[in-house]
Amino acid sequence: MEYINIIFQEFYKILFLLVPVLVSVAMIVWLDRRVWAFVQKRQGPNVVGPFGLLQSLADALKYIFKEIIIPASSNKIIFILAPIITMTLALIAWAVIPFSEKMVLANINVGILYIFAVSSLGVYGIIMGGWASNSKYPFLGSIRSAAQMVSYEVSIGIIIINVLLCVGSLNLNDIVLAQQKIWFIIPLFPMFVIFFISALAETNRPPFDLPEAEAELVAGYQTEYSGMMYAMFWLGEYANILLMCALGSILFLGGWLSPIDLYPFNLIPEAIWLILKILLLFILFALVKAIVPRYRYDQLMRLGWKIFLPLSLIYVVLTASYLFYFNLLPNI
Amino acid sequence: MIAHTLFFYFFSIIAVISAIMVTASKNTVHSVFFLILDFISISCLFIMIGAEFLGMIMLIVYVGAVAVLFLFVVMMLNVAQQTNQWFLSKTSSNHIPIGLIISAIIFFELIIVIGGWKYKPKLTNIDQQQFVTEISNTHSLGQVLYTDYIHVFQMSGMILLIAMIGAIVLTYRQREGVKKQSYVKQISRERSEGVEVLEVPFNKGVKIDD
Repeated sequence: MEYINIIFQEFYKILFLLVPVLVSVAMIVWLDRRVWAFVQKRQGPNVVGPFGLLQSLADALKYIFKEIIIPASSNKIIFILAPIITMTLALIAWAVIPFSEKMVLANINVGILYIFAVSSLGVYGIIMGGWASNSKYPFLGSIRSAAQMVSYEVSIGIIIINVLLCVGSLNLNDIVLAQQKIWFIIPLFPMFVIFFISALAETNRPPFDLPEAEAELVAGYQTEYSGMMYAMFWLGEYANILLMCALGSILFLGGWLSPIDLYPFNLIPEAIWLILKILLLFILFALVKAIVPRYRYDQLMRLGWKIFLPLSLIYVVLTASYLFYFNLLPNI
Repeated sequence: MIAHTLFFYFFSIIAVISAIMVTASKNTVHSVFFLILDFISISCLFIMIGAEFLGMIMLIVYVGAVAVLFLFVVMMLNVAQQTNQWFLSKTSSNHIPIGLIISAIIFFELIIVIGGWKYKPKLTNIDQQQFVTEISNTHSLGQVLYTDYIHVFQMSGMILLIAMIGAIVLTYRQREGVKKQSYVKQISRERSEGVEVLEVPFNKGVKIDD
């Protein structure tokens, strides 16, 4: 009986986390398209519902009722498994994101490593989808994305080390609390820029969307997918983007801390601040998509290995020596 | 405790089955996928015994990077069509005796390790060791690695670095006739080098060299 109670409690908690995440993913797609249209002086989706807010819902409905086509020469089990893995991995990472000091599903000691591990697993959905489709374009797309995501994970990992040097804990709540005096975006601003660009590459966003470059590879690894399975890839991708925005706001923008610790701002719930910061980062993501043209693949690799990796390594040395010299290392 | 035991058997059964399937599955790519499943369930076991840092590092390093490269190579070499069926074909491969010898050695080593633990329980008596539960797993690992075992730690780092340099030296070769793009050259191109404005005479056209 006790077990059943615990299981039900956890189930409700998970539901209260996942439903808002999924709804906000749908809304964020609308926001993405609106920002994109705004930059290009278009209207964007504005027909379905007020301001076109229900556009994503209509799209989802369309995908649900479309036929799922499984190519005859594909590897069927892996073909079906790939979108499921993408979406599951994009959603389970949300378990450790703290929305306030108490509002966190699993406050584990190695939270940041957990997010890093889950996001590094995300490449499997893409590789499996590309390989199981058993056709040229998806395979090329998946190989590109494998190389790209592995390369940019390295620099993201080293940037995380930079932040951890200042915090002295792998717990996400501790990382947020360590920024009470100053947000890490100020001392670590170059790292924030590199993190932002690496996050773009990690989530296959433009200008680094080479795995699905429509001019060269039709749609990359998603070419053979249709109906609900395509929608799951799409949802997983946007959930991953939101997750990267959340990670960026926790690492550099002070997570759920309010920017000004004064009377009227204290009343606003802490979760609202985190959501506002995620939205700010996401609008930056959307603006980059609208403004910057796509990178060439060799340039992408050069940027990752020859510029970001040495820069972030140098910054680790700088941060460590600064903290050591001025005796600012965190007490553990 | 019941849930703990259940989870332990769940993950270990998956680990054992997927380890068997790595060698038994006919498709090489499937083998790699089972290897990944094996890594994941092993890291779950690590987390269950409280070694959360090791479990996460296992996921990040082995599953996130090493296995991706495995998959990459297996897919690129197109060994997917080859099937591991040495036990089906009539002509026996001459790799089998070597493989058998190595696996026998590993098997005896395992027996020695498990036997030592079984017959001399004082060797590894975990119950009597004092664990400080206040500091986290990551913290205690760091305290041990960077104080008592710093030389061994540094040495293994050096060995890895040398291995990396060795791999780069082995695979690096200067090939003839490969076109390379110099990005400095591309960026520093002037307008006058790329575009030429010509007066085009009517009905005659212009002759562009090359």
